[in-house]
Amino acid sequence: MTTITKLLIANRGEIARRIARTCRSLGIEVVAVYSDADRDAPFVSEADEAVRIGPAPSSESYLRIDAIVDAAKRTGAQAIHPGYGFLAENAAFARAVTEAGLVFVGPSAECIDAMGSKKEAKARVQAAGVPVVPGYDGASQDPATLAEEAARIGFPVLLKASAGGGGKGMKRVDRAEDVPAAIESAKREAKNAFGDDTLLIEKYIDRPRHIEVQILGDSTGRVAHLFERECSIQRRHQKVLEEAPSPALDEAVRSEICEAALEVARAIGYVNAGTVEFIAGQPDAAGKLPFYFLEVNTRLQVEHPVTEEITGVDLVREQIRIAEGHPLSFDTPVRRGAAVEARLYAEDPDDGYLPQSGDLIRWVLSPSEGVRVDAGVESGSHVGIHYDPMLAKIIAFGADREEARRRLCSALRRLCAFGVRTNRAHLLRVLEHPSYIAGDLHTHFLTEHASTLVPAPPDLERALIAATLAGHERRAEIARGGPLPAVPSGFRNNAWARQEVRYAVGDEELVVRYAHQHRTPGHFRIEVDGTDHDAEVRSFDGDEIRFVVDGLTQRASVVVVGRTHHVLVGGEHSVLVEAPRYPSLEVETPAGACVAPMPGKVVTVDVEVGAEVTEGQRLVVMEAMKMEHTVLAPTAGTVQAVHVSVGDQVDAAQVLVVVE
Amino acid sequence: MGTEHVDAQPYPVLPSRFDPRSEGFSKNRAAALEALAEIQAGLEKANAGGGPKYTERHLKRGKLLPRQRIEALLDRDSPFLEVGALAGHGMSGETTGCAVVGGVGRISGVECVLVASEATIKGGAITPMSMVKSARLAEIADQNRMVAVSCIESAGADLPNQDKIFVHGGAGFRDLTRRSEKRIPTVCLVFGSSTAGGAYLPGMSDYVVMVREQAQVYLAGPPLVKMATGEETDHESLGGAEMHASISGVSDYLAEDELDAIRIGREIVAHLDWRKHGQPLPRRIDAPKHDAEDLLGIASMDIRVPYDPREVIARIVDGSRFSEFKPQYGRTLVCGWAHLHGFPVGILANHGTLFSESANKGAQFIQLCNQQHIPLLFLQNTTGFMVGQKYEQEGIIKNGAKLINAVSNSTVPAITIMTGASYGAGNYAMMGRSYQPRFLFTWPNHRIAVMGGKQLAGVLDIIQRGAARKRGIEVDEQKLAVMKAMTEQAIEKQSHALYATARLWDDGIIDPRDTRTVIGLCLSAAYNAPVEGSTSWGVFRH
Repeated sequence: MTTITKLLIANRGEIARRIARTCRSLGIEVVAVYSDADRDAPFVSEADEAVRIGPAPSSESYLRIDAIVDAAKRTGAQAIHPGYGFLAENAAFARAVTEAGLVFVGPSAECIDAMGSKKEAKARVQAAGVPVVPGYDGASQDPATLAEEAARIGFPVLLKASAGGGGKGMKRVDRAEDVPAAIESAKREAKNAFGDDTLLIEKYIDRPRHIEVQILGDSTGRVAHLFERECSIQRRHQKVLEEAPSPALDEAVRSEICEAALEVARAIGYVNAGTVEFIAGQPDAAGKLPFYFLEVNTRLQVEHPVTEEITGVDLVREQIRIAEGHPLSFDTPVRRGAAVEARLYAEDPDDGYLPQSGDLIRWVLSPSEGVRVDAGVESGSHVGIHYDPMLAKIIAFGADREEARRRLCSALRRLCAFGVRTNRAHLLRVLEHPSYIAGDLHTHFLTEHASTLVPAPPDLERALIAATLAGHERRAEIARGGPLPAVPSGFRNNAWARQEVRYAVGDEELVVRYAHQHRTPGHFRIEVDGTDHDAEVRSFDGDEIRFVVDGLTQRASVVVVGRTHHVLVGGEHSVLVEAPRYPSLEVETPAGACVAPMPGKVVTVDVEVGAEVTEGQRLVVMEAMKMEHTVLAPTAGTVQAVHVSVGDQVDAAQVLVVVE
Repeated sequence: MGTEHVDAQPYPVLPSRFDPRSEGFSKNRAAALEALAEIQAGLEKANAGGGPKYTERHLKRGKLLPRQRIEALLDRDSPFLEVGALAGHGMSGETTGCAVVGGVGRISGVECVLVASEATIKGGAITPMSMVKSARLAEIADQNRMVAVSCIESAGADLPNQDKIFVHGGAGFRDLTRRSEKRIPTVCLVFGSSTAGGAYLPGMSDYVVMVREQAQVYLAGPPLVKMATGEETDHESLGGAEMHASISGVSDYLAEDELDAIRIGREIVAHLDWRKHGQPLPRRIDAPKHDAEDLLGIASMDIRVPYDPREVIARIVDGSRFSEFKPQYGRTLVCGWAHLHGFPVGILANHGTLFSESANKGAQFIQLCNQQHIPLLFLQNTTGFMVGQKYEQEGIIKNGAKLINAVSNSTVPAITIMTGASYGAGNYAMMGRSYQPRFLFTWPNHRIAVMGGKQLAGVLDIIQRGAARKRGIEVDEQKLAVMKAMTEQAIEKQSHALYATARLWDDGIIDPRDTRTVIGLCLSAAYNAPVEGSTSWGVFRH
């Protein structure tokens, strides 16, 4: 039995804060490790002690086993919690921690090794009588063998990184002729993400559901399950919405699948928290839901909070107690109600979920019943390009699925996240989709319903009025510090014209004209796009404005950075760019310029000056946020200039190549 | 906000005794609204500039209207107090506003005098009244030590009227450089033609901005040059913005377009690092306790019906608080102290005819305010000084003279509001236009003349009958009646608020409900200059 009084968290962002919260409740001091990019992050400032472990790239910081073990020794931490991702499923890390005489909060290195190799995992599970998906997990990795095996299993098949997880390195292949290219790409991604390009092939299951079971094992040999989670709403094999329990399972299948998970856990003598992932197909003729073992994740999952919400078990607490040598703290787990979790990403769902970076200028979600927020960010946080773009998880609990869903929707509507584009509106669209409400989920849900998941454009009129009134109040506050603080703003003894504010919204210019009714201060006539309204400001405190438009009182958050107004009103976010009063004649981007879609690193440059290119030809490949982005020729023409070379770090909108 | 002076005794709150349900109140209100509608119609005429045809042509050239230039120059949400909006209204040979727009507003946080010529009216040509209006705006800049920003686009003197303009017009250029000498800068933005004499407007200004391919600044245009010397040239090389910015140096800044010029103008004002020389003590500003809306019903539309000026004071000063001076003495002139938008003011308000006591009280009060550098606010509503044997023997002339002496030699800023009658020497003694109050605004019920029409007709009657008697002839009653009626009518017309404002006897007619705001803006403008009371006076005859 070990007593942990100080624990190092070898992770960052929301999960580092999440683990720290439990540590604090257990009276354990927290040591954070951080890269240069996270120097000012909340998880660092909230820790009792923090150690810098390297520059921003994770390969030089969060993946550096030696630096992390050193940090633990230096600070006197007895244990290391790896969180998820980074080194969480790295057996070498677990081994290094143990060898340094520290406690690794997780399963043994041997277990990680065994489960990390999907082939071995499958073999052991199959031996225990748990069904697995037909596939190939042979040692021969030459492309010809892989292609042959793919054909044997029958298309469509899925290529996966053997060492991977979280969807990285996965490729769906529908036709034999696509196999070579897919293998090359999958191997490259696997190599980049895990340092191992071994692939396995699986039968692709139509409209599959992703169902996983939370397991816990203690050092006394006891294993228990904490029911299942369904994580079928995914994009690019990354989970977006997760819930517990799964709406697809009846009690019979539930106990079957949980029992299967326990079987797996027993087969491998699992200790600490883990997840047994299954893939479930559509019900067969007899109404029976087929499910197959996929893999065991030997770590705490991102979506663990939904399980905590329905069972009342603090999984991190259990993990630490198990690591200390304690038995599980519960006898028979019971579940109640339902929980749904939404992952809020800094990304642009309208542009292929392209990760977004920038400064999160405002991050506010007022507390409400049944809603839990596990956030890695706060107002002022910088969202960088180096790590996963997930900002926060919002978890709602309710007496049933519908109550949880509604609470989650309400929280997302109230969430004020300004400065970085997020998938907030997209999440709401999914949560409000009839098929989602009906529980009709599968992992291609987002692709299948893509056309109906495009968020309706926000009510611009409301946003424009809110931004304009807030702008007025902001200036009025400044004027109140001036020589005539009480003279009504915009007073005219000969009312000739209204105050005018022009906004660019997309390609449109919208004009708002307002006149402060100086004999009834705080009242306005305000015209948006030709329609006149009565408006009144009821209160204003810098970011929050309460106002009345044509008799309807409403509330908005408005934050202005430069000329950009970020508005949250009626559950909708709008970004309005105010036109400068005195437009300066700025140099425009040259025609034919191909710009970087986001900040990142140049991986390949395919063309040289003078090269003839066709429309859509690949010019440059960039890597950013661990994903590849291809820059294509906008038109056919000649390359006039190439401004970058391989390895360059470029900013968003930087001109890479000019084609004319 | 602000720090009250250590436990300063607050002034008492004025009560209101006015009954808003009374017949007089609603009659006054109705008449005031009617008068305001007439004024509004005049303002709309002024705002229409040269009318739709010329306005459209101007806009089609991508140019801004003078009011748009002013709006673009002003800080967002800045107040703008227009001066002389109805100058020239109804006058022959003039247009409403007389092709000049001007007033006081904030640019880059600095209270400035803004002036813009109206090119849609005869190309912005200068008429006799536009000269008077420009001179008045220049005077505001001078007296209150305010930065002037002018937007020039003018054809120059209206040639058929050159005899009325040429000689006196020179004063404009003289004043420009005299202000410059006093470190009161003028920023001149040239949007179009500014030629011949007009070329000295940019020529004499401290800062000049010219708009590329729009500004034309030269002493003589291409045709005149050809006539004079035979030289063939074009507008751009003779006086274009680019030439002046790069060759002659007449322009300090070259603007790409109008908004660019306006932006540069705002930047120039910003760099002045302007500081107001006067500074009232910071204090909390409470709104009046009584509703300004009532002013429409309080102010008599019939100037023969007097009303208590305290009802007005109660609706314009901070917290309706008023510290009255000598309330039992010289009751027809209400004097006392108050704050208005935080500025201290000494108020003098008529409550009927001026008597010797009221005149003496007023003179003393003005001296007291000057001792402490407190600005003065005059609320005029008087038919003048009392006449009659008793009053002459009391020395109403020498007592009235004391008040005029005090008014004339007072150096603190004074604001005059005409709230009814302004007749005879009462106009003078209560800081009329000739006594150079910093600002003078009127209410729609304002009437101004040497005496009332009826009185003048009566005087005429007496004189005519006396003359007839002397000559022993019969009075032609019919002729006399016509003469009297005509005189009365002429006086009535000439004493009307609209007639007065057209001639720039004031800075404009305001809605009585805006009085507090207007005075606040005037006081704040006045505080750009040092606020210092006079220490010396003319000889007072005791």
